[in-house]
Amino acid sequence: MDGHEHSAHPAHLAHHFSEPAQQAESAKMGMWLFLLTEVLLFGGLFVAYTVFPAWNPDMFFNAHKHLNVYLGTLNTFVLISSSVTMALAIRSIQLDRRDVSIRYLVVTLLLAAAFLVVKYFEYSHKIHLGQLPGKFYTFTGIEGTNPHVFFSVYFAMTGLHGVHVLAGMSVIGWVLMRTRRGELSSEYYTPMEMTGLYWHLVDMIWIFLFPLLYLIG
Amino acid sequence: MDTTATLFLPPGGSTIAGEVDALFYFLVYASIVMFGIVLAGMIFFGLRYRHRQGDAAAPTAGISHNTKLELTWSIIPTILVVIVFFWGFNVYLKMNVVPKDAMEIKVTGQKWFWTFDYPEGANTVNELVIPAGKPVKLLMSSKDVIHSFFVPDFRVKMDVLPNRYTIVWFEAKREGTHNLFCTEFCGTGHSSMIGTVRVVPEREYAEWLETASNVGSDLAPEQYGERLFVSKACVTCHSLEGKSVVGPPLNGVFGKPVALTSGGTVIIDENYIRESILEPQASVVAGYQPVMPTYQGILKDREIDALVAYIKSLQ
Amino acid sequence: MNTIPEKNFLNATRGWKSWLFTLDHKRIGVLYLFSIMAAFLVGGVFAILIRLELLGPGRNLMEADTYNQVFTLHGAIMIFLFIIPSIPAALGNFLLPQMIGAKDVAFPRLNLASWWVYILGSIFAVISIAMGSVDTGWTFYTPYATETQTSVISMTLGVFILGFSSIFTGLNFIVTIHKMRLPGQTWFRMPLFVWGLYATAIIQVLATPVLGITMVLLILERVAGIGIFDPAMGGDPVLYQHFFWFYSHPAVYIMILPGMGIISELISTFSKKRIFGYTAIAYSSLAIAFISFLVWGHHMFVSGQSQLAATIFSFLTFLVGIPSGIKIFNWLATMYKGRITFETPMLYALSFLFLFTIGGLTGIFLGALAVDIHLHDTYFVVAHFHYVMVGGTVMAFLGGIHYWWPKIWGRMYSEFWAKIAAAFVFVGFNMTFFTQFILGSQGMPRRYYTYMDQYQPLHAFSSVGSWVMAVGFIIMGVYLFHSIKRGRPAGNNPWGALTLEWETTSPPPTENFVETPKFSHGPYDYDKNVPERTI
Repeated sequence: MDGHEHSAHPAHLAHHFSEPAQQAESAKMGMWLFLLTEVLLFGGLFVAYTVFPAWNPDMFFNAHKHLNVYLGTLNTFVLISSSVTMALAIRSIQLDRRDVSIRYLVVTLLLAAAFLVVKYFEYSHKIHLGQLPGKFYTFTGIEGTNPHVFFSVYFAMTGLHGVHVLAGMSVIGWVLMRTRRGELSSEYYTPMEMTGLYWHLVDMIWIFLFPLLYLIG
Repeated sequence: MDTTATLFLPPGGSTIAGEVDALFYFLVYASIVMFGIVLAGMIFFGLRYRHRQGDAAAPTAGISHNTKLELTWSIIPTILVVIVFFWGFNVYLKMNVVPKDAMEIKVTGQKWFWTFDYPEGANTVNELVIPAGKPVKLLMSSKDVIHSFFVPDFRVKMDVLPNRYTIVWFEAKREGTHNLFCTEFCGTGHSSMIGTVRVVPEREYAEWLETASNVGSDLAPEQYGERLFVSKACVTCHSLEGKSVVGPPLNGVFGKPVALTSGGTVIIDENYIRESILEPQASVVAGYQPVMPTYQGILKDREIDALVAYIKSLQ
Repeated sequence: MNTIPEKNFLNATRGWKSWLFTLDHKRIGVLYLFSIMAAFLVGGVFAILIRLELLGPGRNLMEADTYNQVFTLHGAIMIFLFIIPSIPAALGNFLLPQMIGAKDVAFPRLNLASWWVYILGSIFAVISIAMGSVDTGWTFYTPYATETQTSVISMTLGVFILGFSSIFTGLNFIVTIHKMRLPGQTWFRMPLFVWGLYATAIIQVLATPVLGITMVLLILERVAGIGIFDPAMGGDPVLYQHFFWFYSHPAVYIMILPGMGIISELISTFSKKRIFGYTAIAYSSLAIAFISFLVWGHHMFVSGQSQLAATIFSFLTFLVGIPSGIKIFNWLATMYKGRITFETPMLYALSFLFLFTIGGLTGIFLGALAVDIHLHDTYFVVAHFHYVMVGGTVMAFLGGIHYWWPKIWGRMYSEFWAKIAAAFVFVGFNMTFFTQFILGSQGMPRRYYTYMDQYQPLHAFSSVGSWVMAVGFIIMGVYLFHSIKRGRPAGNNPWGALTLEWETTSPPPTENFVETPKFSHGPYDYDKNVPERTI
């Protein structure tokens, strides 16, 4: 503040912070706290997930066979790759290679879209067969009590995750715009770094969902 | 602290009540002491260290803490609550260990009445009849939402859940009647979902069981219907004075047409009454919610006939 | 004589847009203050309606269904729209940056978003009232909540959205406290109100997401019949209760912890005395915050959870009681050898000590397994939580409002009327709720529209008490609003307190301090300083 040495305040420094480091650290801490709330949000569903298989292990096992492991695996690779490209985008902006960074961001967006397309095919196949949650469940080929619960859990978990992928895509889109406008550089890339953290979380949640839903037993 | 009512507690009617009350009153007295200390401190310090007009505004004593004192007021309450915990736990165990010789009665809660099925085949609604001095185990479940079985005089309470059984047991000390409440909110009629527990001597209980299974055989159908109207809890929702409660009033309706929520009208005759008892949602009177439960399996044909005869007689 | 500073945060910019889109934490605090006061008014009207209906057995004013909606709305509005945001979002927002010598919170935009999200959530709650209301009780227990014909979806969606508002505030405060403190103000030189807000914020961030997912599942249950909580479809209604209370028990501490923080400020300021056992109070706030996550099952002793679970929860419940008790003794000891004055904020602080002690002690009754079996879901529980929430949080909130009112507006309210109002509220409160301890232990179940004749005298007495309390609140509303424009200027430090917010002008300038303050003394160093009172 008064009398400290950074004479010119950089444009990205908000008035209530005294120096860029304080602002960047605050942003980072805020983001980690936000990620924590996200983990807890999914935590509720993970608890539901542990309760129901414990009651009906056979049903859960039988029902999970109706998920397409190949598509699930494919999607896992797609998301992990997008995490890598996201990290590379951040690395590039740190080195002030803006064009490269933009290219990586575009690839990240495309991979995210690919994930959703695959998910769309999986969902539409299930809807077609009537493997739907709760009272919409009409499929008859699964042995065990209340197989619709499996699909309730499946759709709630992957659905919520899908919403997060969409949210992540819009934030990546926003960062992409800002990078193109030249607002981010090696001096100030906090928004991209935060977006990256969020995107890794989305990826991480899928890495938990995939074995829990597709690879039971 | 035996069975008489006190300021805080209703008279205790079960074997466990005395033990619950002892802990309750221990807590009351301990709380009065603790509260007294806090209140006395507030009043004493407030008077003693009051800033009076004209007093110099000098710095005050810089007492930051006092480890001994702080340990004292941490440890003593801790010891107290640990005692309370073990005491409460001990009585709770007794509440949960059902004696082997307990007689079993099936309880069903539904909006908004209680049904009791006795092993000998009798059933009652909203009145639980039990013998004095014998442990009774209730096997409870709900037909719709969560209810809760509460007899204040017995100091017992247990939620009644759909699709699973919960258990409560007690032993009534002597004959008498006690209130039975539903304590888990269950909708419109929640506060009318009350009944009684009638404790009778053991011999009388056996006699009652016998007559309960074929009650009404000596009554005219209308008189029998009148009794059933109360005992099967019709009266909870249907007034006989023309008032709308939860359901439509039933006096002077027989033989008259009535509008239905589905649009049409229907003449209230024997068949309509029977249908309304067994399939209440089939034709609901306009202006009312479709909330009546079915009495399928609760009422026998003879009882339905009696109710029809009774409603017919209410002209 | 004192004057109002010419340029302050209230008149820095003009026009309603400058308020609705402000990034100044003080203005956002004021926006919150008016919003929660409106919520309190609505919730209070519902409370009066409840007591009118219960004046006598049978129907007095409304039908059973209406009554069920009224008590549900009273609970939902008071908890989600009033108490949870009351102290942190209104007073905390206004004061936190000033108390740590910062210009603003770490994320001003997120702060504004929090208020807008609060308004959005409130709109959903209002929509639900307009669409035929809700009749489930504020706990939304399944399967009742999935069966009832009333507009549960809109209300639960409102609660879900309000949760985000709470998370935003909590997240913002944690970062602000970590990163924005004045050089020299170490953790153990922070005012205890800041410690209270910090402990609260931790719970807001950790517990609220679970409520969020619970509400989402409840909505999905109603819309799509997913069956997670529906016994008829293989689900478990008790699982819902676990989810709900995993949030809602810590939420009780979201409501009380910042109140405890205020009491620490008030007792120390009006006793002009160093707070006794600062470290113990600070750590006990954190202890309460963490243990509060482990006790939710004590709401479910008769729900059908296992006896072992009930036993463990009972034990942990007693543990969470200890730190609260320690605080009470610390506050008492602070008064020892003080120089005590009895202005209105101090009266509320003493009311707090009186009422919260009763609330805490009756909590011990409810934690004891065997006794809880009898008392669960009776008026004893109603009385207990009103003693904690109103006798505790609301008294602290009122004390805080009266304490910082001159800082917010730069003007004093009428001390005479304030004391009268405080007396009405205190007497009326005890009349209304002490009777309910007796009603409850005598067996009167809660959420009853009508009751047996034997309970009538106490119910009637309780209803009369609610009118006494209402008179107190009406008087308070009048003199407080009157003072905003007409009160006499208060000066920087009307109470002679030592925390940083009293070093700036009243009202403060937009960035809180004209010159960055220097940290020269701790918040409670009354043994070394005698700050001048400006009034």
